[in-house]
Amino acid sequence: MSATVQVTSGSKMIITMGLVASLCGVLIVAAFESTRDAIADNKRIMIERAVFKVLPGAASVREYIATPTGIQAISDATPSAGALKFYAAYDQAGTLKGIAAEASGKGYADVVRVLYGYDVKCQCIIGIGVVSMRETPGIGDKIITDQDFLKNFESLDVRVNSELTALSNAVKTVKHGSKQNAWEIDAIAGATITSKAVGRGINESAQALLPKLVSHSGELQP
Amino acid sequence: MSLTKPNDDAITFDTFMEGVWRQNPVFVMVLGMCPTLAVTVSAVNAISMGLATAFVLVSSCFLISLIRNLVPKEVRIATYIVIIATFVTLVDYLIQAGSLKLYEALGAFIQLIVVNCIILGRAEAHASKNPPLKSVVNALGMGLGFTIGLFALGGTREILGAGKLFGFSLFGEHFQPWVVMVLPPGGFFVLGGWLLLFSLLRSKSENKEEHRHGA
Repeated sequence: MSATVQVTSGSKMIITMGLVASLCGVLIVAAFESTRDAIADNKRIMIERAVFKVLPGAASVREYIATPTGIQAISDATPSAGALKFYAAYDQAGTLKGIAAEASGKGYADVVRVLYGYDVKCQCIIGIGVVSMRETPGIGDKIITDQDFLKNFESLDVRVNSELTALSNAVKTVKHGSKQNAWEIDAIAGATITSKAVGRGINESAQALLPKLVSHSGELQP
Repeated sequence: MSLTKPNDDAITFDTFMEGVWRQNPVFVMVLGMCPTLAVTVSAVNAISMGLATAFVLVSSCFLISLIRNLVPKEVRIATYIVIIATFVTLVDYLIQAGSLKLYEALGAFIQLIVVNCIILGRAEAHASKNPPLKSVVNALGMGLGFTIGLFALGGTREILGAGKLFGFSLFGEHFQPWVVMVLPPGGFFVLGGWLLLFSLLRSKSENKEEHRHGA
């Protein structure tokens, strides 16, 4: 090696980086390909578990989307923008048990995402389950465990009005202890913001989805 | 190479223990604080995060050390980052395939392993100057040290903040959990406590050393 400053040629740098990048590309694609099925299975199992929880007695789940023109099963084609995703759940005999859809509202710390189960016959919500949230432990996370709060969702009225444009009565979270109507949610004392996030999320989702769904619910029969 | 001369390539116990004790990333170097404070709300999260980081650390140090003589020094940082990002992507997929629940609990902090300064620091300071086996041993020690650090925080926070360890209730029904410990401020309190304990231990052992030399 001479005493002069050693200069690396540009082509050497490019070749080195190109080789390293190609090797890394191969590694990433290999990892992606080999884990794809396992990840898809995991996601499906997670959705099934969540849906079975809000619709007791269900044994199988199918994904659908609702668009302004009707409902259709999700095929391999990517759903168009504005389509609302929901899950139809069936029992062992294959009859429709209910419909589950996701609702989300801004809570105290972050977005609270819940899945709600909807009964087509009584036009009411019959259960909710929390999908994800980062609310304060011991306060906001009572929405998972507080039995009085969960009783709100045993038959929450979400009937659609006769013109099929919106709900007859908007779902509303009211102050703890002042629930009077079947479409109201009695908030948890001390966790009003989180309770309201759940109510607002369900109202938003139900207002958008159910009017499109009600006239087509017959198509969900297998 | 003669055996009497100190051999730079020799793998000693200290190569491994450097990361566990003398240069512990959490307690001594105080590196990688972002995941350290954010994901250590439970022992399981902490250990998973530690192991994910250790995996990235060991594999990228191995690869970087293998090609250390081929990479021109002008583009070494770019090359290291590409390699580190590759292994982070691998870990990302592996955790998703293993458990989506864990994946959601760790959230963005898996992807953020890319910018964990422990890893680039090890690549630059150790792997780029040492043979593969030695850098792997050193990276293993660092990874273990980081995992121990995260577990110390995660375990303490879970015990104090939820009354549980690994999800098992420790104190029964009557324990009122110290909720602030699993909230962000609790991370700083517990980290402060551990740093204090560590520096006490270290200053004590240094004093002892001085005493012995003085005697």
